Amino acid sequence: MKKDMICISCPLGCRISAEWENENEITVTGNKCPRGIVYGREEILSPKRVVTATININSSWISRIPVMTTGTIPKGQIDSLLNKIYRMDLDIPILRDDIIIKNIDNTGIDLIATRSVKT
Amino acid sequence: MKEFKFDTLVIGGGSAGMAAALEVSKRGFSVAVAERENSMGGILNQCIHNGFGLHHFKEELSGPAYAEKFIDMVETSNIEVFIDMTVMDIEEAGDLKYVYGLSRITGMIKFSVKTVVFANGCRERNRGSIGTPGTRPSGVFTAGLAQRLVNMEGYIPGKECVIVGSGDIGLIMARRMTWIGAEVKAVIEIQPYPAGLTRNIVQCLNDFDIPLYLSHVVGDIHGKDRVESIDVIPMENGIQQKDKSFNIKCDSLLLAVGLVPDNELAQKIGISISPETNGPIVDRQLMTAKNGIFACGNVLHVHDLVDFVTEESERCGNYVADYLDKKTPSDQFRTLPGKNVKYIVPNFYSPSEENKFYLRTMIVKNRAELIASVNGKEIFNKVLKHIQPSEMISFDIPKDSVHISDCTENTLEVRIV
Repeated sequence: MKKDMICISCPLGCRISAEWENENEITVTGNKCPRGIVYGREEILSPKRVVTATININSSWISRIPVMTTGTIPKGQIDSLLNKIYRMDLDIPILRDDIIIKNIDNTGIDLIATRSVKT
Repeated sequence: MKEFKFDTLVIGGGSAGMAAALEVSKRGFSVAVAERENSMGGILNQCIHNGFGLHHFKEELSGPAYAEKFIDMVETSNIEVFIDMTVMDIEEAGDLKYVYGLSRITGMIKFSVKTVVFANGCRERNRGSIGTPGTRPSGVFTAGLAQRLVNMEGYIPGKECVIVGSGDIGLIMARRMTWIGAEVKAVIEIQPYPAGLTRNIVQCLNDFDIPLYLSHVVGDIHGKDRVESIDVIPMENGIQQKDKSFNIKCDSLLLAVGLVPDNELAQKIGISISPETNGPIVDRQLMTAKNGIFACGNVLHVHDLVDFVTEESERCGNYVADYLDKKTPSDQFRTLPGKNVKYIVPNFYSPSEENKFYLRTMIVKNRAELIASVNGKEIFNKVLKHIQPSEMISFDIPKDSVHISDCTENTLEVRIV
């Protein structure tokens, strides 16, 4: 099997291809750095993405606080994460890098605030 | 009216303003920043996606996180920040400048300063700028406004939307609208190639099977009170093929059709504007044609990476401090955009110093060569792996590369082949 894709690990956007007989042996070519190999394999086995969104916050001067996953999570889990996020109401104070959801669905990835809202 | 004295007033507390103010302050001068919004950070505050800071901080941050790192530095410095303040006018009075700022907190304030830095960013082009025909219902937004409504105010601008423009702002908004539960019906791009980064085509469009119509334009907007549908027309060899037009049902149209430096105030006080960048014409020290008035960031020319805004603005801050230190600048000559170059900033260079340039090309090419020449003689060249109009190019010409001659103009021309 062979799949051509574009690596999204950084803005360079290398055109890479992944080739495999079985899913344990995936060879990636065309990458300019090691992150391309990881991306190529994951894209075949379980595509992952970083998720960013905003959450309602009870602040005197702003309505939403921005949040981001600390790493990539499987695409299939994005919708359930977003649904959870949109139902949340946060209270001040929250500092940048505070953990909002720990270990999202056992992925080992956290959801953190990317802005401080103190008042 | 209250009156304050500072060495420098920076207009705008976004990435450019904060970086410039910090450098001026580090050199021991008194600085004030006037910020129109209720917090510093500028446009970064609504850019909640990741990908900022790879150059400057060597990590991948969201826009607000990138801004906050600078806000923290400003708050621990001696810089005085005036939030909720709009600068209305500037008067020149000998070596001084009187700057009038209006705020609902403090009323009108008169700043008496030696130097002013324009760091007030850019504005979005809108429906009028691209002349889209049709009715005028609600539901037509610029992409940045929609981004602000979603990411900061918590409103959903529409449930079925079409995006015009495939630059990074349009692509990022396609993903954002999808992630807040709206359906993005299409992205329409007038050019035959996408304007944004390839990674954004993959993760913002392909991931959600959003169709991208290249070489297409919006020919009509339908709907009385609210957008009901739009007509899309394919282009062939630059001509609209009206017989091949088709209709897309939607309740909103997001326009991501470019940015223009916001130079209303600069023009009002007679600062000359470059027709190529729409920003002020500046010398090597990023000083406008008016003594002591500088410009940096998106008000000077529209950048695509905040990291470049920071770099340029930190440099600008140091030039402001040099000016306050009364350092005499060395002789300067003009720079000129040559073949395939849309613009080059700054508009002057100094042969006896190192010169840093930003330029934008007009072509898409792999393995291009950038060539700089003075008086017809090549003095610098650089091979570029891949170039396209949406990606700004930066390069440095080392000091003493140019041997100037007294009898010619010594204009530096930069071309790309």
